[in-house]
Amino acid sequence: MSSYSVTEPSQKSKTVAAVLVIAYALITMVPLVWIILTGFKSPADAISYPPKVVFDPTLEGYVNLFTTRTRVTPEDLEALGPPETWYDAIVRQYDMVIAGPSKFGERFLNSIIIGFGSTFLSIFLGTLAAYAFSRFRIPLADDLLFFILSTRMMPPIAVAIPIFLMYRQLGLSDTHLGMILLYTAVNISLAVWLLKGFIDEIPREYEEAALIDGYTRFQAFYKVVLPQAATGIASTAIFCLIFAWNEYAFAVLLTSATAQTAPPFIPTIIGVGGLDWPAVAAGATLFLLPVMIFTIVLRKHLLRGITFGAVRK
Amino acid sequence: MSDSIADKAARATPPRVARKVRGLSDRAIAWIFVAPTIFLLLAINIFPLIWTIRLSFTDFRANRQGREVEWVGLRNYERILTDSDVWLSMQATAHFLIWTIALQVILGFALAWLINRKFKGNDLWTTIIVLPMMLSPAVVGNFWSFLYQPQIGLFNYVIAFLTGQNASSFDMLGSVDLAPWSIVIVDTWMWTPFVMLICLAGLRSIPDYIYEAAEIDRASQWRQFFTITIPMVLPFLMLAVLFRGIENFKMFDLVVQLTGGGPGNVTTLTSIDLKREAFEKWRTGYASAYAIILFVTVFGLASIYVKALNKVKER
Repeated sequence: MSSYSVTEPSQKSKTVAAVLVIAYALITMVPLVWIILTGFKSPADAISYPPKVVFDPTLEGYVNLFTTRTRVTPEDLEALGPPETWYDAIVRQYDMVIAGPSKFGERFLNSIIIGFGSTFLSIFLGTLAAYAFSRFRIPLADDLLFFILSTRMMPPIAVAIPIFLMYRQLGLSDTHLGMILLYTAVNISLAVWLLKGFIDEIPREYEEAALIDGYTRFQAFYKVVLPQAATGIASTAIFCLIFAWNEYAFAVLLTSATAQTAPPFIPTIIGVGGLDWPAVAAGATLFLLPVMIFTIVLRKHLLRGITFGAVRK
Repeated sequence: MSDSIADKAARATPPRVARKVRGLSDRAIAWIFVAPTIFLLLAINIFPLIWTIRLSFTDFRANRQGREVEWVGLRNYERILTDSDVWLSMQATAHFLIWTIALQVILGFALAWLINRKFKGNDLWTTIIVLPMMLSPAVVGNFWSFLYQPQIGLFNYVIAFLTGQNASSFDMLGSVDLAPWSIVIVDTWMWTPFVMLICLAGLRSIPDYIYEAAEIDRASQWRQFFTITIPMVLPFLMLAVLFRGIENFKMFDLVVQLTGGGPGNVTTLTSIDLKREAFEKWRTGYASAYAIILFVTVFGLASIYVKALNKVKER
């Protein structure tokens, strides 16, 4: 034990730790892997007992996710002639024909528009406010910052009641603009909080040098400070995007048709006799996979951002 | 102090250049930069809050416009605080809060402590553990209701396989005894990584020399753990508990998709109860009072907690 170092754990303890952590990680992954697998199962395989790990993969779930179908008699089906496409062929096994596209594409697009729209707006407004809080003396700055943060303590349903009434008056119910503004209002408190931290870390001397060189304050802001804060801005943007992407409570209460996002829609995909689980799983896969890939690729910024945001106060 | 460099430079430059240097005054820029954010928050957070307070003293119903609205004073508040259903949903929320926080603190700290052994590839496995908390609670909760199916669900199969019971002999979502635990399990699966990350930040903030000094003093591993590790991580851990507490007090999406508040009312958390009052029974005035009570409760509890947290930090 003479070579024992306190700061470097022993090899044995490292191995034990690795085994336990990896075991937990694998268990954690099971539900996620199961979502992805179920998306490629036939309805019969999805509900078989015992649950099937090995099965014939099919794209039925994905076809059902993107289409609406109607049942036809076998005679009518024969009269139609051979199926023209692979997805037609899948549907016809069940005496059905494709009636048209489903709403999933639209809902997914809404998620993208509202997610990116509100992220852009939160970052734009948040960066300006964060810069001002970081660099200028603002009266009652601490109170304002606390007020901005405390708005996150309200349960979404509590905010939803007056928003619902207000939006009905203003004609913003079930519109993209209404949802973008709402998500921006929710996100901006976190955005200002995180961004102020990032901007605080940039030395003031850079801007002062720029001011002496003849830049205006505004030029110094976007030519000197913004590039320096780019990574901070990017990781804040990811958090805003993930929130808007995942949000459910406001979406389910304030949207119904034109501006509905994917989270309230996916759980309502109905098949024959109840939820169509392969289609639900296919929708969930398409919706969750981008976030999973994002998380793994950008892990360094993300993980730092989570702890940074939480620990800073 | 830092202003002085710029000030000196400004005084040394001729007036025409100086005007260009200054552009808009700093004060003007500060307000232009902050105003849109404040305006948005006033319009979409504060104005609605004031409106809610106003509505909470009325018998307004949002589905009947044009009906005469009456002031009822504090009657809504009175009714809520004496309503046994409200207290039941408070109890359901308390059960959910206490158990999710307890489990997440234990698991999260243990994981962080293990990851801090710095074995090879720990950052990749950390990322994999973090995945659930990045995902949409509604979509994930909906899929968990499939895993919990008594006949066909994977969860029931695994539990049956491990315990030798029949997989269809227990119904996680349909049984009054098990449903409150079903939501605790999913929330723990989703949010343990958050507590873990905060604890990890805490563990990494402890400087090595403290342990080295303890080693020189021949403090045992246990003693080091209880006198150095735990006290140093405690402020971080308490912060994680604060965030999880606020979030889970507001919990809606995950539980709505899992149990919808059932069976009966056993998983009707306050947010779900509130949603029913406001958007199903359309008792807008009553629901507004309910919302105010919840907000005051969170805010009050959080304020007391932050005071305690600051005391721990000072030590």
